[in-house]
Amino acid sequence: MEILASLVIAVLFSCGIYLVLRARTFQVALGLSLLSYGVNLFLFFTGRLITGAPPLAPGTAATADPLPQALVLTAIVIGFGMTAFVVALALRARGELGNDHVDGQGARR
Amino acid sequence: MNHWIILPLLLPLAAGILNLLLVKSGPGPQRLVSLVAVAGLLPVAMLLLHLADSGTTSVYQLGNWPSPFGIALVVDRLSALLLLLTAVMSWPVLLYATGGDDRRGHNFHVLFPLQVFGINGAFLAGDLFNLFVFFEILLIASYSLAVHGGGPERIRAGLHYVVLNLLGSSLFLVAIGTLYAVTGTLSMADLAVKIATAAPEQATLLRISALLLLVVFALKAAILPLHLWLPALYSSITAPVAALFAIMTKVGVYAILRTFTLIFPLNVDAVASDVAGWLPPLALLTLVAGTLGVLGSRRLTSLVAYLVVVSVGTLLAGIGLFTVAGITATLYYLPHTTLITAGMFLLADLIARQRGAVADWFSPGPPMAPRVLPLLGVLFFVGAVASAGMPPLSGFIGKLLLLQAVPPEEGIWLLIWLWTIVLLGGLAALIALSRAGSLLFWTTEGDMIATERQRLHPRLIAPVILLLAMSVVMTILAAPICRYAEATAGQLLTPGNYIDAVLPKEKKP
Repeated sequence: MEILASLVIAVLFSCGIYLVLRARTFQVALGLSLLSYGVNLFLFFTGRLITGAPPLAPGTAATADPLPQALVLTAIVIGFGMTAFVVALALRARGELGNDHVDGQGARR
Repeated sequence: MNHWIILPLLLPLAAGILNLLLVKSGPGPQRLVSLVAVAGLLPVAMLLLHLADSGTTSVYQLGNWPSPFGIALVVDRLSALLLLLTAVMSWPVLLYATGGDDRRGHNFHVLFPLQVFGINGAFLAGDLFNLFVFFEILLIASYSLAVHGGGPERIRAGLHYVVLNLLGSSLFLVAIGTLYAVTGTLSMADLAVKIATAAPEQATLLRISALLLLVVFALKAAILPLHLWLPALYSSITAPVAALFAIMTKVGVYAILRTFTLIFPLNVDAVASDVAGWLPPLALLTLVAGTLGVLGSRRLTSLVAYLVVVSVGTLLAGIGLFTVAGITATLYYLPHTTLITAGMFLLADLIARQRGAVADWFSPGPPMAPRVLPLLGVLFFVGAVASAGMPPLSGFIGKLLLLQAVPPEEGIWLLIWLWTIVLLGGLAALIALSRAGSLLFWTTEGDMIATERQRLHPRLIAPVILLLAMSVVMTILAAPICRYAEATAGQLLTPGNYIDAVLPKEKKP
């Protein structure tokens, strides 16, 4: 289970980093959202991978840590807002600069 | 519980929300609301400074949850100093914006108070996750402010800034997640306790998160090699926004100072003590990169933007020494450089307005109106003397404190490198600024332009005078400010007080 979880995060991160390094704003925006998915999963898993446990329990019974869920909820909301902003800004850049290159210079030939 | 502590957050937040409701009512009421709210920060910040100066660390528990479970706002000497600096700096900048720049785009008076809200929140946050949240608040306001006024240059620089900072936020969350997974807490005071007693097998993970935090804050503070976004952004955005952004890099410097004195104290042997080895070389390289940029700039705004990079290098050099004297120098230099840089950005805009299409580029332009030339010239001279660190103004005192702070037992090489780079950097800034001044004021070509530029509106010139005069004030008040900075440095290097103030007594180990 841990292996699978870390592999998922690794794949999300590597795809995200690859896309962020691309030259076009759409790919960069996609890369940023993949990165934020990776980060959100990572935050979620910092409470350890526990299934079927209550968030609060008396004594020393196994509990699922509720705090990472609260953190990840905040992070998701912020990440969603930021991604929406980046998409809007990328569209504006497409309009103002005349192309969707991140440097606004278009393909060089 | 002292309810004044939350006022630096409530005032700007309320102003931002109120201005959102006043969108239809035109600029007048909105301007009034922001000016009153930001002016209201000044007495509050002074009160908090007075409170903190007694040496107590005050804690405000939101919802009255006990630490480390609730959200805590913490005011110690460092937070109070930076709150006061934000208040002192943002009011003149806002006044300048009401001179017409606020109408060049939408919702300026909503975004400006919200950005101040985020900055104040970052200085007050007592746990890492709220530091992250306040970073995001100030960033999203700054994203919109950066493209205020529109135009291809702003959009392009703004896009780079947004993408870089989103990457930074992702790294910040990874660092926070790692720290939480290892220690089970995010309250800075609790983290400090838990990390000091961490098991040796956790050291690697803790070191990773310390280094990740350094990268994130270095990106915010524009430390080499993460400084490249700054000159492009600061030289293309609207003048009052650039002036407000002068404090944004200082939020990064604050976060570095807080993290590496409280959570990972570098002056004691701990998991992250290798970060201490990184800071001085990074600071010196940032200084070199900024100085080269200052020399190579072809317009005044870009020169001032590189001066910001230089100032970050200087501040970090002081922190990197990790002595009371070094941090004192940083804390004296920090308000000086923020206020002067903000003033210089506004002044560059005033000069650009006089020169028509040539704006602030270093090429011959139309002569300035004779009625404004002497005033602008004197202000430029004062700003140049202050930012190059020449006597008698505060920049000189700040650099002197830094040069004196190098402990001789630290090895002669640090001494040689720091003295050489700081002094040559000052000389280079002096050369670049003299060249800029002579090109802007004396090399003219063609006729004077448009008659309405022959007078300066008081709302435009007063903020510049106010901000640059702060250098003179800081020179006159050098002794009390130094005393306060020294007390702050002492407080930072003994984090026990902070931890005791935040954590309830039975939680202590």
